[in-house]
Parts: sequence; structure tokens; C-alpha cells
Amino acid sequence: MIELNSVFKYYNPGLVTENCVFHNFNLKVEDHEFVSVIGSNGSGKTTMLNIICGSIDIDHGNIFLDGKDISREPEYKRMYRIGRVYQNPAMGTCPSMNIIENMALAENKNKPFGLARLIDKKKIDYYRNELKKLGLGLEDKIYIPVGSLSGGQRQAISLLMTTMSEIDFLILDEHTAALDPKTADVIMELTDKLVKEKNLTSIMVTHNLRYAVEYGSRLLMMHQGEVIIDKKGDEKKHMQVKDILDKFTEISVELGN
Amino acid sequence: MQLVIGILEEGFIYALVSFGAYITFKILDFPDMTVDGSFPFGMCVTAVLILNGVNPFITLPISFIVGCIAGMITGFIHVKFKIRDLLSGIIVMTSLYSMNLRLAGRANLSIFQRPSIFKMVNVFEIGSVLGAFNRVIVLFLIVILLKIILDMYLETKSGYLLRSVGDNEILVTTLGKNKESVKVLGLALANGFAALAGSIYAQHRGSFEISAGTGTLVIAVANVIIGLQLTNVFRKMKPTTSVIFGSLIYRACIGFAMFLGMPPSDLKIITAALLLVVIVLNNKKYKKLVE
Repeated sequence: MIELNSVFKYYNPGLVTENCVFHNFNLKVEDHEFVSVIGSNGSGKTTMLNIICGSIDIDHGNIFLDGKDISREPEYKRMYRIGRVYQNPAMGTCPSMNIIENMALAENKNKPFGLARLIDKKKIDYYRNELKKLGLGLEDKIYIPVGSLSGGQRQAISLLMTTMSEIDFLILDEHTAALDPKTADVIMELTDKLVKEKNLTSIMVTHNLRYAVEYGSRLLMMHQGEVIIDKKGDEKKHMQVKDILDKFTEISVELGN
Repeated sequence: MQLVIGILEEGFIYALVSFGAYITFKILDFPDMTVDGSFPFGMCVTAVLILNGVNPFITLPISFIVGCIAGMITGFIHVKFKIRDLLSGIIVMTSLYSMNLRLAGRANLSIFQRPSIFKMVNVFEIGSVLGAFNRVIVLFLIVILLKIILDMYLETKSGYLLRSVGDNEILVTTLGKNKESVKVLGLALANGFAALAGSIYAQHRGSFEISAGTGTLVIAVANVIIGLQLTNVFRKMKPTTSVIFGSLIYRACIGFAMFLGMPPSDLKIITAALLLVVIVLNNKKYKKLVE
């Protein structure tokens, strides 16, 4: 369970450019929920993910992970239980290392990085098998530096890597946004499969309304640091892209555009 | 002949510093000025220990450890107080200058008459034709041993984590590891190598000289850059091997300039010019140091 309790976040406090992102923001994500988050630019979606992961500090409030207050824990400690995939495919992998080395690193998450050899030759078949499941033909490219693979291939590897260790939460930060439509579909399918397989509690920020409607068990729409649509269960199942677009138009009218 | 031997001797000694520079400059992308202080620090500690009758071989690990500590301080200043990489190194380097003076009591110490690792190991009879290579052999063995250890280390989990900090810091965080402590570890190792090289250099020259560290980083970086150019040609060559060759090539260039009659006072400008040429020829990844 992820809980954000009366969170306040200002950028540039005290300056002319002061910008309030969250003013008393609350959110509760239940176990095994798959939440899709949409909203216009500047609505606070990515800030919310950064706050949960600890990439940025909050000014007030608390963040709970399964009831444990993690508001003051450094980012790397929170990552013990959280996996994260970024918009930029380059951020989830080490470009100069090959696929095997990257996967071995990911598999060693939450274990000590001591003086044992990283690459266990006996495991290569296992890695190859995992890659085969992606269906992208990556199992034949295991010794190629990841930096020379395409964005889609790298994102698929990043996704696989985050789910190779024992994590409970998955944070997806517009992870299909930098990909072409077809590759994005493949990655989205894969995401859904992995989330269900591992029974992860997930939050996915996306600009793709179709994904938001089709995938996940709960849909949030954010606007100016507040949740303006929150649908789950049957309500969520009956949501359509059109409903969301209508809401977007409504907001634009309010703002006078 | 003397020229070739000199090139090999100094080339091997600076190859050790370059192992450290490979870790900081290439892997961590951290221009670490600390080595200009930790190299003479190693010399100073060694000279003082030998004057106090410590076995010359024992001075090697001690120098490595004190170098590690200097590197850790730089790393600590950098990650805890968020001071820029270059500046953190300069702070520690500057303070080491006084530390060295304090430790030695004056600006130079002679250990020429004292035992050294070179006097203790003589593969060939002293005075014979091959006897002139005794030092080269000792240095070669030390460099190869450390190269193998470093290669093995870089294949371990800890070594891979160090490499990933330079490659993609964010990944290290998502792996649940503190990238800051990994950086401190890298700096510690690099300065351990520098101080170890200083220890050997002091025993080689038979003295400690307070100013011997000036330009160490520049030389080491030049060695690394020249060396890594070789890996573009010889794809299978390990970076550590290429760094050793880089160091020898660099020394050969300097030696050649001397051979052509340039006075020793011009040594630093030759060093600087050579580094400039190498960087300009290779001006893609290494913009950071030029800036």
C-alpha cells in the first residue's frame, strides 16, 4: 500500500517564481492496484512519482509504504522495494555493458555487491530464456552493448530488469512516451503481463489515454496538483477515451483557452 | 640503452598512477586532483618509514592505505558538502602539501643509503649486463600483479557497481545502492594506486621531494587517453593493459624530447603540450577536463 498524507510541495519557495505543485495532497493506493495517471503538463503527475521515490523532497506531509513512514528515507533506500522505469530508455540500463551484464546487475538488486564475480556462466541460459519471453529476438544479442540497441529494445530490457528482483511496487514514468506507436504497444502489453505475473502494486503515468483506459484497475486524472477523476472497478471498466477528452476540454474552457 | 631502461622504469611506475586515473577519470568521469597530493604523500610516508627502519616491502601496502584515506576524504567532501569534483580534489591536494612537510620535517628526505625494494630483489647479478634490468623486472612484476588484481576486481559485483556509477548513476540508485559511497570507494582505490606509485618512486629515486607530485594527474590522464586510443585499434586489449602501454608510450615521447636536447626544465611544458595534443586528437568524450 502506498499512502501520501497531506503532502505539500512548492518549487522555489519564497521567490517570485514560487510554484505550488501540491497543497494538501492525499492519495491511497491499495495493494495490487494498477493505477493509471493522466493529466496535462504541469499537473503534478511526475512530481508525484518523484515524491514517492524520493528523487525530490517534500515540504510537509508523510509518505507511507505499507504503513511505514518513508518520507525522510533517501531515494536509494526506498528503491529496495520499488522498481522504476523512466521515460528515457537510456536511464534504465548501463549503455556500455552488454545485456547479460545489465541483467546480472539487476538480479543482484538488494543483495550485497561484494567481491564475488558478477557474471555466473551457469545463469546465461536463464537470462536467455527470460529474454526469449519478450519476443523481441534479444536472446541472440546478449553480448551486444545495450547502448547500441534501439529505444524500444532498451525499454523492454529496463522493464525486465526492474522485475527481476523481489519488488512490491512498480513506478512507470511515461515509459512508452519515447517509443514509436507499435513498439509502445508491445512494451505496454509486456508491462501488463509482468505486473499481473508478479502481482505488483503499480502506478503508471501516461499521456496515452487509450492505455489509461484499457490497462490498469484504477484511473486517476490530475489537474493543478489535485485528483479530479478517480475511477476504479466497474466505473473504470466503463470509462472511455471520450469521457476523458471531455474533461480535458472542460478544464481548458475553465482556464479560458 | 640507459634511455630505454629509464623509459621502462618510469613508464611502469606511472602506469600504477594511471590505473587510478582510469578509475576516476574514465570510469567515474571525475578529474581527481587529489593524486597530485597523494603521490608525494606515498613518497613521504615511505621515506619516513624507511628512515625509521621499516621493511621497504611493508611500506607498499601502508602507502596504498594512506592514499585510500586521502581519496576517501576527497570523496567525502564531494558527496557530503556537494563541492565540485575538481575543487574537492584541490582542497585535499593542498592540505596534503602541508601534511607532507609536517611529516617529513622538511622539503626533501634522502633514503639513498637505505634499503629499498630494488636493493632487496636482484634477479640478475649486480654489475652484469642484465643487472641493469633488475629494477625494470621488479617494476614489471608489480605492475602485472596489480593489473591482474584490478582486472579481477572489475569483474566482481563491486567492480561492476563502480562501473555502473560512471555509466548510469540513476541505475545504481534504482538498484538500491548509494551511488555516493560507490564514488568514495572509487576515489579511495585511485588514490591508493597513486600513493603506492609514490612509494615505489621514492624508493626508485632514493629520495622524497615535496614538489614531485606536481602534474601527476596530467601525466596519468595523458597515459589513460593515449592508452585507450590503443583499444580502438586492438579491440581485444583490456583497458588496464592499454593504460600500461599508454604510460610507456608517453614516457618514450618525453624521453625522446630529452634525447633531442630539450633541457629538463622544459619537462612540464612538454607534458602539457603532449596532453593538449592527445586531447585535441581525441576531443569527444574528454571535453570536461579541457573546460
